[in-house]
Amino acid sequence: MNIALLLEMAAEAAPDRVGVVCDGKRWTYGDLLAAARGAFELIELSGAEYVALLDESSEAAVIALFGAALAGVPYCPLNYRLADKDLAALLGRIAPALVIGDEERLTRIAGEQGHTILSRGEFDIKVQELVPEEEDRVYDPGEGLAVQLFTSGTTAAPKAAILRHSNLISYILGTVEFASADETDAALVSVPPYHIAGISALMSSIYSMRRIVMLPAFSPEKWLALAESEKVTNAFVVPTMLSRIVEALDKTVKADISSLKAIAYGGGKMPLELIDHALDLFPETSFTNAYGLTETSSTVALLGPEEHREAHRSDDPKVRARLASVGRPLPTIELEIRDDEGRPLPAGQAGEIYVRGDQVAGEYKERSALDMHGWFPTRDAGFLDEDGFLFLAGRADDVIVRGGENISPGEIEDVVLTHPAIADACAVPVPSAEWGEGIGLALVVRPGQPQPGEDEIRQMIRASLRSSRVPDKIVFVPELPYNEMGKLLRREVKARLAA
Amino acid sequence: MKAGTRLKSAVCDTEVMVIRCGEGTIECGGAPMAEAKPAEAGALNPDFAGGALMGKRYVDAGGKFELLVVKPGKGSLSVDGIALGQKEAKPLPSSD
Repeated sequence: MNIALLLEMAAEAAPDRVGVVCDGKRWTYGDLLAAARGAFELIELSGAEYVALLDESSEAAVIALFGAALAGVPYCPLNYRLADKDLAALLGRIAPALVIGDEERLTRIAGEQGHTILSRGEFDIKVQELVPEEEDRVYDPGEGLAVQLFTSGTTAAPKAAILRHSNLISYILGTVEFASADETDAALVSVPPYHIAGISALMSSIYSMRRIVMLPAFSPEKWLALAESEKVTNAFVVPTMLSRIVEALDKTVKADISSLKAIAYGGGKMPLELIDHALDLFPETSFTNAYGLTETSSTVALLGPEEHREAHRSDDPKVRARLASVGRPLPTIELEIRDDEGRPLPAGQAGEIYVRGDQVAGEYKERSALDMHGWFPTRDAGFLDEDGFLFLAGRADDVIVRGGENISPGEIEDVVLTHPAIADACAVPVPSAEWGEGIGLALVVRPGQPQPGEDEIRQMIRASLRSSRVPDKIVFVPELPYNEMGKLLRREVKARLAA
Repeated sequence: MKAGTRLKSAVCDTEVMVIRCGEGTIECGGAPMAEAKPAEAGALNPDFAGGALMGKRYVDAGGKFELLVVKPGKGSLSVDGIALGQKEAKPLPSSD
């Protein structure tokens, strides 16, 4: 089944309803479907085997996604923040492609690779010119690949994660009710188009018929202004975005965002302090925390609005702790925690998170990562509490193995973050002659606070955890490295502490 | 018949996408559905005239069949003469 069906249904039900707003221009579902059909013609003419996007979010992302689907070639949005050399290597892996976006840069770094390169403006014009008049085209049945996303690849060459039409359709049908949004509903999309959340946001919004309001480049002021002027009702943010929005509101920025009914967040660890503050600041807003991966077509577990409020106002430490969880698995997903040998673990014990379900692709261009029973090892570490709430404990690869003992960085970080002078913390393995791996700890001191002594930090950890958790090396740094999605780049911290 | 097949009603505007199916004849408005529309529409059986609603999923009691309505129409859906029911799904909060 082709994902283009999602847009076809919206256009069938309400062709004149506005589906996308970008840079002040409005596109109806009818406009978008016509443009996607024009894109199909363009792709066929170009002989492209992929459709790539090197651009910020815009209507072109929607048209390219569904146009590629109709033509039966994978849609491959690329990260425009990559260095020229890395980007050229990725473009080389998908040649010949129809590439939309930064024409000057593309011509300079990949002009010789046989691509068809178009600016967003040219693409918009061409797809509208090429809309077929007769409905006699045979579109792809959607039995193959819909999307290809290159993973960040910090150790080796980036892996090409692939999502089939069937994975994405299962995700959407399993989580979204068709046309369930009110006609006045609008979703503010500010995640970059090359992230899985940026792709699932387009599909979910179109299938629920919730108007998409695109914010191509995030700033808290622009986000608030657009939320007010477009009377936005729903938004997805990564934790760093929420933090900057809250900061802007705490300062002086005035915005009437009373229309905002729901905020969903994910993509990185949400500081407890921040979500607590946000729940107070937006008492009427529904908060949803979503956990998912590229390889699982986005969300596999979520903490819903009621669960947020219940945890927020609870005095029971167990219920309160759930605010730091990612909630429970979707009804359509099976989830298990397993040990190193792949054996399922009971509640309360940490291990690697495994998931299974129709939306779980777990597949790379080179190989499938699914086991023989269809389970996908996420490489994320975590545990379930006795009520089935999932708590994340970092990447399985981030675990520090000190003298044969597995130590999750989170245990140590959570303790030091309760120190009033510590703003941020990151524990990583450091080489140790005695233990194989020792514990390195990078700390950021809160502005205006005195830097605590190393002994004080060690004493604090020894008092709450075992002596094996006491760091071998402590450094104080001005800030920790994060990527644009708010993910802590542990590998960089590790490299710095090893030096 | 396989998942992903698009079927059209022989008696009304209804079109469905097959999500899941087993052995049996899928009908709309009392007449078998097919990938192509007949030249002339047949008569709607009044026993199967409750309508198929846009975007709703219909399932049989045994969980073998699941159909997604991609174009609504006057006929209601059945398999081998037994009416399908609307699939009830607990609404999830929007997570993206």
